[in-house]
Parts: sequence; C-alpha cells; structure tokens
Amino acid sequence: MTRENLLTIEGLSKSYPGVKANEDVSFKIATGEIHALLGENGAGKSTLVKMIYGLVRPDEGRMILRGQSYAPSEPREARASGVAMVFQHFSLFDALNVAENVALGMDNPPKQRELAARIREVSEGYGLPLDPARLVGDLSAGERQRVEIVRCLLQDPKLLIMDEPTSVLTPQEVNILFDTLRKLSAEGTSILYISHKLEEIKALCDEATILRRGKVVGTCTPREKSAREMAEMMVGATLNSPERPAGELGEVSLEVRNLSVASANPFGTSLRDIGFAVRKGEVLGIGGVAGNGQDELLMALSGEARTKRDSIQVNGTDIGEMGPNERRRLGLVTAPEERLGHAAAPDMSLMENALLSGDVRKGLTRKGFVDWGATRAFAQGIVEKFDVRTPGISTAARALSGGNLQKFVLGREIMQDPEVIIVNQPTWGVDAAAAAFIRQALLDLAAKGAAVVVISQDIDEVMEVADRFAALNEGRLSPPVPTKGLTIDEIGLMLGGAHGMHKAEVSHAEA
Amino acid sequence: MLRLEKRPTPSRFWSWGTPVLAVALTMIAGGMLFALLGKDPFLAIKTIFWDPLFGEFAWYLRGQLLVKAGPLALIAVGLSLGFRAGIWNIGAEGQYIMGAVFGAAVGLAVYPTESRLIFPVMILAGAFGGWVWAMIPAILKTRFNTNEILVSLMLVYVAETILSKAATGFLRNPEGHGFPGSRSFSNYPAAHNPEIFAGTGMHWGVVAAFIAVIFCYVLLQRHIVGFQIKLAGQAPRAARFAGVDPNRLVVLCLGLSGALAGLAGVFEVSGPAGQISIDFSSGYGFTAIIVAFLGRLNPLGILLASLVMALTYVGGEGASTDLGLPKAAIQAFQGMLLFFLLGADLLSNYRIRFTLIGKETR
Repeated sequence: MTRENLLTIEGLSKSYPGVKANEDVSFKIATGEIHALLGENGAGKSTLVKMIYGLVRPDEGRMILRGQSYAPSEPREARASGVAMVFQHFSLFDALNVAENVALGMDNPPKQRELAARIREVSEGYGLPLDPARLVGDLSAGERQRVEIVRCLLQDPKLLIMDEPTSVLTPQEVNILFDTLRKLSAEGTSILYISHKLEEIKALCDEATILRRGKVVGTCTPREKSAREMAEMMVGATLNSPERPAGELGEVSLEVRNLSVASANPFGTSLRDIGFAVRKGEVLGIGGVAGNGQDELLMALSGEARTKRDSIQVNGTDIGEMGPNERRRLGLVTAPEERLGHAAAPDMSLMENALLSGDVRKGLTRKGFVDWGATRAFAQGIVEKFDVRTPGISTAARALSGGNLQKFVLGREIMQDPEVIIVNQPTWGVDAAAAAFIRQALLDLAAKGAAVVVISQDIDEVMEVADRFAALNEGRLSPPVPTKGLTIDEIGLMLGGAHGMHKAEVSHAEA
Repeated sequence: MLRLEKRPTPSRFWSWGTPVLAVALTMIAGGMLFALLGKDPFLAIKTIFWDPLFGEFAWYLRGQLLVKAGPLALIAVGLSLGFRAGIWNIGAEGQYIMGAVFGAAVGLAVYPTESRLIFPVMILAGAFGGWVWAMIPAILKTRFNTNEILVSLMLVYVAETILSKAATGFLRNPEGHGFPGSRSFSNYPAAHNPEIFAGTGMHWGVVAAFIAVIFCYVLLQRHIVGFQIKLAGQAPRAARFAGVDPNRLVVLCLGLSGALAGLAGVFEVSGPAGQISIDFSSGYGFTAIIVAFLGRLNPLGILLASLVMALTYVGGEGASTDLGLPKAAIQAFQGMLLFFLLGADLLSNYRIRFTLIGKETR
C-alpha cells in the first residue's frame, strides 16, 4: 500500500530530571493507517503521545503534519490541527449527562439540542449507540469510553490517538470498538493505537512501532509476527510462561456465602449475594470489567468494609465482623488495586510502608513499640526478592514508578506467608518480565497450600493463573467454572456481554 | 518566567528552612507595618526580638519567656497529634478554659484545707475538664459525622461564657467585696503552682510541657499508634487498609489534645494567672495552632517554636508599653507568621524554576 503520510515524527527527544523519556524517536503514520505504539510501561509511550497532543514539549526533534511543520503548544492547538485523543483515564463528570460532558470538552460547543442530535447521529453512524440525555454516573465503563470517543469524532479528527482503550472493555465490546476503528480508518482517519495487548494489535493494526526505554527498537507489520516475537522485541529478552506445579487441592480455606454489601459511594457498585469457595492450593480468578464491584469485593474481604458475621469464613472461622488486622492474624492478606493512597501511603518511606500491613504477621511491634530493625529487614527483603528498583528503603513510595511500587506491594503481602491471599489487578502497570514473576510467586503460594483469589480485568492473566473462573458483573458473581477449555466467547458472555448493545438500557434504571 | 515543579520527595532542607524563612519574612513585613504606623521599624523589631533576651530587663523577661512558652508548648504538642491525623481541634482555647475552671473549682471547693493531695487532684481535674470539653466534638463527629472544626470552635465561646459565670458567680471570692474573680491561689499554698526556682519562670506547667514533648516524640517515632496517626493524616484509605479505626483515632487525638490543653489551663490558673477572672482567657489555645505549625508538627520543633512565639508575646508587650504600638499590631504580627509559614511551605514540596520565555518557544 502506498498511502500519503499524515504525520512524520523525526528525532523527538524528551528528558525529565534523571530519565530520558524519549530519545531520538522517529516514525511515520500514513493517512487512514492504524498504527500501533507498543511497549512496556515506562517505555515512553505516554510521553510520546503527550508531545503529539501538545501536552508536553519535545526537547529536540520535529513533527510534520500533512506537509506542514507541527509544534502544538497546547491541546487546543492540536485539536485545531485535527489531532484528537482518548485517554486511558476518563475525564467525565458523573453528575452531568452525556451531552453536557461532551460540550465541556469542546472548544466551541453548539447548543445542547443541536449537540444531542449530532451525538445521536455520529454515535449511531459508527455503531456506538449513546443516549445524550443519560447521566454519565449510570453508564458502564464501555459506554463512558464511547462518550470520550464520540467527543473526539464530533471534531472530525484526522488523527485519533487512543491510549490503552480496551483495558476496561469486555471482549464483545472490544469487537465493537474495533469495527468502529476500522470504519474510521476506511474513511481516511489515521489512528495511533497504544497498547501492550499483542493479540489485539495483531487483529487491528497495520503497522507497529516498538519502544523500549524511550527508544524505537523496531517496527513490524503485526499480522506477520507472532505475539511472542513482538513481546520479546518489547522486553528485549526471551520470556518464560509461568509454570504450574501440579499439587493436590486441600479442603476449603476461604468461603463466602450470601455476601451483600451496599457501596459507600453513590456511584459505586453494591455487592449482591456473592458466594464462592476456594480450597487450599487453588487459584480462583475473578474477571470483570472495571467498576463492576471489584474494589468493593476486595474491601469486604480485607475487612475494610464489615459484613454479616457468617458471610465470610476462613478455615471455618466466621470473620465477617473482623477488622483487617484480625483477619491478617488468621492468615488472610489482601493487595488492593490502587497502589498510591490505598495499598501504600505516598509520602511514607518503603520501610514505613512495609510496616503498614506487615505488622501483625511479621511481628514488627512489641507491646505497641515498633521494632524498626525488623521492619527495615522486612522491607529490604521485599526489595531484594521482588527486584524493586529503588535508591533505598527510605525512599518515599510516591517516588517509585508504578510498576516498581506494585512489585513492592505484592511482595509485601506474598512474603507474609499467607494462608489466603486476595489480590486485585496484581500486575497492573508492571512490565512483562515482572508480571511473569508476580504470577509465578502467586502460583508458588498456591503450591504451598494457600488459597489464592486473583481479581483482574486482564482475561489473559486470569486464564493463565486460575484453576477456576468466575465473572463479576454489576456486583453479582457468576458461579465459578473450571478454566480448562473455556473459550474467550464464553468468558465474554459471562462478563455480561456487550453493555448497551442489546438496547437493554432500561435494565440499568433499576440499578 | 516562574514555574513550579513538584518535587519527587519533599525537600528535607526546606521543611526545616521554611520556619526560619517565615520568621525572616514576618520581620520584614512586620517592620513595614510598624513603619506605616509611624514607628521606627528597626527599633520595634529590636524591642520584640532582642530586648527580652539581652535588653535592660532581660533578667526578668527571660523568665517570662518560659511562663508563656510552657502553656503554648503543652497545648501545641497535643494539637499536633490531631493535626497530623487530619483531625482539626481548633477549640483548644475552650479546653484550656475548662481545664482551669475544673481545676480551680476542685481547689476552691476544699478551701482552706491543707493537704499535699490537693494540688495533684486539681491537676487531674484540670486534665479531665479539658478532656470532657474535647469529647463533645469527638462524640458528635464519630456518632453524627459533624465537623470537629466548627463544633470545637463554637465550644470556645460556650467555655468563655462559663468562665465569666464562674468569675462572677459560682467561683467568686466570697470575701472579694463583690468584685468579680475567685480567691487567689497564691494565698492558698496547698493549691498554688509556684515558681520552682525563683526568677526562672519555671513552674510545674513548664515541667509538664517538657514531659509532654518527650512523650509525644516517643509516641510518634517509636509507637505504632504514632505511626497510625501519621498514616491516617497522609493517606486515610491506606490507614483503613492497615486496620486503623478512624473513630478510635478521633477520640484519642481530640481527647489527648483536650487533656493537655486542660492541663495548661489548670497550671496557668493556679500559677501565673493566680485566680479565675473574667479575662483569664488569653488566646494561648489559638496561638498554639500557630506554634504547632511553626514547629512542623514535630514535638522538638514545637518546643523551639513555643519559645519564638513567647518572644513575640513578651517583646510585643514591651513594644506596646515602650513604643505605644497597638496590641492589634502585635496580633497581626503573629498572624503574619502563620501566613508566611504556610506560603513558604510550598518550597518543601515544589521547586521554583526560572525559565526564559525565548528558550521554550524556540
């Protein structure tokens, strides 16, 4: 295919104190091409697209858009030149409706009624049905993403940048999104697609540029490469899949019965009548699209939210009314999804953060007095065993990169030799090699006889580690089924299918 | 162009440098204020900061420093625990007054009995009075989720009303010819809080302040409760994850700061103030908020800050008698200190970058 170049990037570099985020990055995007930007977390993908979108200024290098020099100083200028971006984290207001949210993101919004009509027209034209009058707080994650996409499409972009768009979608919703993107591409809109999900890139993208440590380390045509080959280009090393030592399953260690918890947050999800049991040595995977009750489930299990006494049992003891530390004493530890502010205190040192949840099981206090020597040794042990890259254990948690902090948090819980461990999004934002290490550590715990619950939005991860799979959908949990032989379509249906595609929006009203 | 850049970790240098910078900026701005009032700014600053330490009457004023610094440190160190946990007790002044009223009431109830037990029991009653007054916002907050800032502040005015009732009614000196005010504790040895060493200003309240500083230092550095207090203030969700019960912390922090403020009150009424009077309330409870922040919410820092603040009190009094500076100007001066401190705190979390406009848009 010989297509005209839309955007040419030449020698872009950007440094932050202590890091070169991008170094001499060059590539081209043709008109109507779907171009993948591939790389691990911290490879410099975000900095690169921020430069294209005018949020960050390059130190060196230049960009050429449609034959003209292009150096946006702010996103408004980028949008005026026809560059639009859908962020990984949505910037929407729950309490406003769809049309109002769209208007807030536009430079010159038309009148509400006119805008509503255009939203309807554009969203249906691209197979992304949206009701402009609905409150964003009532929408599913997939629908929220549609709001962001439609907001971009209304500006008629020439280049659409999408940052990790599928992390919040069910497989069916992913297919719908891909149909939309292909349609856009056929109409001549170029798409810069950022992801580390290789199968998706193979299915969707025409070309790929691979970044590692801020530099371009290769380009390829994804259809012609295997996922493994691309992963190895990304990581720069060969990868090992986690191994599952065969072990006997023991008796039931964690049992949850009729667990219902009302969400503390008006836009949160209440848990309804959840029940499952995990045996010693077993890994239960709980999949689900973000915002379907994962956070609430973790807090109910950790003891941050109390439940009815007999809703949760650990080795036969009712723990529903116990706090986090009493549960830890019984051998139950958890790792929440949100690292900064929930699993770890941002301004505290790693040493203090080791004390945060390690006190009870590691015996870090005596009569209430902290044994800083033991705490230091514990923190140092986590850093070494889990390869946490940090100048030292007196560094503040917020100074670590997301992936490194995740390793620290997971390591802190895993090294407490738990009998029951519940983790939410255990490898979120962690590079491929470290993710493999964390999964292996979880499997090793199971092999030693721990009951493991992995809550994750990454279906591939769940399939890789879990013995049984259950789906969390609007606060309800499907009955767990063995993962062996489960197809991606079956999983998709368990996850609740494609939200909103059956025009079943009425059912949301009761929620 | 000036630009602010967030530091990856807070600067250690600036977290201790800002109080010094704030004091310096306060001197400059205060000097300008005094100049506008038609006074010699250099003389005014010298009267406030130099004379109490090295001036003609320093032999007396130095002692006054401890008298003022004692209650400030005692109250501020208690407040700092709550402030670190994100629990804002603004009503220490009320707890201070109630401590004085409770303590004085116990002492005066047994007048003129002489017993070694009377003074210790008064001290306990004072601590209890402050604690009770602080429990009101604590229980309202944990039960009904009211705002402790408003409740504790409002209770200051209730306490002031009770104080004036005490001075003119139930604690009034029956032999006082109808004048408001209680009996004087200096004439009642069993209940008197005297200077331990004559001329130093050192009384039992100052000793208590030292003990409180050491206690809080150990609590924050070595004890799990201190860790939980810091954690709850910095990351409330992480605190819950760590098993901290927020309600327990509210009761603990408000209770402790209330009890310490009550102690300050009873030591003051039985010592330097000498009696319950209508104007017993001297603003220590509010000034202690400034002291707590000036001392970085750190017990040792608070000790230093209470001395600096005491200096502005003692020096301020000198400036108003010698130079005729209005009292309000001194209060404005103290307020500026907090203002500059909070402003300068930006430096510990942000770096200021100077950039040339030309370079950016090349």
